[in-house]
Amino acid sequence: MLSNSFSWNIWLDITNIWQYSFMRNAFEAGTIVAIVAGIVGYFVVLRKLSFAAHALSHVGFAGAAGAVLISINPLVGLLIFTSGGGLAMSALGRKANNRDVQIGIVLAFMLGLGVLFISLYKGYATEAYSILFGEILGISSSNVIFTFIIGILVILSIGVIYRKLLFASMDEDVAEAKGISTLKIGLLFMVILAFATAIAVQVVGVLLIFALMVTPAAIAQRIANKPSEGIAISVIIAVIATWVGLFVAYYLPYPVSFFIVSIVFGLYLIVRLIEFYKLRKQLVI
Amino acid sequence: MENVIVANNLSAKYNSKIIWQNASFEIKSGEFIGLLGPNGAGKTTLFRILLGLNSPSSGDVTILNKKVLKGNQNIGYVPQRRIVDVESKLFSIEYVKLGLSGHKWGLPTPKELQIEEKQALAALKLVDADEFAYRPIGELSGGEQQKVFLAQALIGKPKILLLDEPLSNLDIKRGNQLIKLISSIARKENIAVMLIAHDINPLLPYLDRIIYIANHKVASGEINNIITSQSLSKLYNSPVEVIKDSKGRIAVLGTEEAHHHAQ
Repeated sequence: MLSNSFSWNIWLDITNIWQYSFMRNAFEAGTIVAIVAGIVGYFVVLRKLSFAAHALSHVGFAGAAGAVLISINPLVGLLIFTSGGGLAMSALGRKANNRDVQIGIVLAFMLGLGVLFISLYKGYATEAYSILFGEILGISSSNVIFTFIIGILVILSIGVIYRKLLFASMDEDVAEAKGISTLKIGLLFMVILAFATAIAVQVVGVLLIFALMVTPAAIAQRIANKPSEGIAISVIIAVIATWVGLFVAYYLPYPVSFFIVSIVFGLYLIVRLIEFYKLRKQLVI
Repeated sequence: MENVIVANNLSAKYNSKIIWQNASFEIKSGEFIGLLGPNGAGKTTLFRILLGLNSPSSGDVTILNKKVLKGNQNIGYVPQRRIVDVESKLFSIEYVKLGLSGHKWGLPTPKELQIEEKQALAALKLVDADEFAYRPIGELSGGEQQKVFLAQALIGKPKILLLDEPLSNLDIKRGNQLIKLISSIARKENIAVMLIAHDINPLLPYLDRIIYIANHKVASGEINNIITSQSLSKLYNSPVEVIKDSKGRIAVLGTEEAHHHAQ
């Protein structure tokens, strides 16, 4: 029995949703992206690269808009531009904390370029809208496969450099002395981040990339005592937010990305509030 | 005793400017060496050369009879005071573990994780910091963090310890405790220690020899031969006076850094 209205029988609801291929695609792509963003995001927060992640997604905007303009898959444009941007950013400055000016300059230029491409494209304005805010419900089966392949690549790459990346992120000077080329690891991570950003843009869009790439990891970092735990928490939060977001958006006429952003933001607030009360209790005692 | 570090006519340059030149010294296993000199004299540069991160502009150096090698697991290194994110909830032990297997490729196996945990706890115990193992590093005091980083350097059972200003940011009492601890570990485990410091006085009871870098020159030898008015005046190429008090404490007057030595 097919029905578009919510019943309290969650299993039935899920079966209903699953009938639609666009919803299946959305869940599949969304899950892959959430896992990837959760893992990569943990290192983004650890390395204090959240501004770089934000900027990369803007660089991706120009790529996606350009791809639309010359009628190729926007995901391809995203990939090319984000990885180019990632490499350029790591070449610009070594230490993360003195990079924000250079990154900001590139970011502004790329957004401008994106605006030009969009205005040159005589098609639908919805294309621009979906790049900026994500259009996971419109994701095609072939893009799901594409997303899956890139997701696997990203996870495998992180797996290969996991310990070196962790060392370089937690304790750069000692890592260097222990023979880790922190420069190369940093460069490699920017490329990984670029790939992760490209697929995440499909779900939450250029402007809301923080929702999946930074907020879940930021929450995890405030809770986890071990890096592996932090990554697990970050992934779980990203996946749950994506699933719940998709589920709710099926029944309500509002964008999925809004729900995802709201869920992670709510969780972040809760964690901060709990911390605040704990601290106050300690002070009182 | 075997030589663990042998330097011959070593010189260091930065952008074709000489930092220091003609450094020749030998360090034997288990020796405690103080590396002294004013700010910017190039003390950390010497460490970076020993670690294989910088190349000497001339001369050569061997470590355990081998050429200098980047990522030498026989060297434990504690760089100058690191900024630890106070908001991070990561346990201290996680930082110690990095010293053992952080340089490896791939993911750790369950067995490796077990070994890591065991050895990290042992290293923390060695520096008398096992009680901090499962506390967020950001919540520890400067002295406690310094012990954790010392454990990180010791976990791989190094033959050489390079410590860059471990006493900065510690009060005199904590500094004395830390130096005593480092010395006793080094004796027990037969580790050669090179320690960069501004003030020689807390080190006096423990040091075997010193290396003094100033005015692009390097002097090494016994404290009584190096920290003298005559030898330091020669090194700085300007009149320097060394004064000793009744307890044997040393004050060096006439250098730009005089206030660091005078207590």
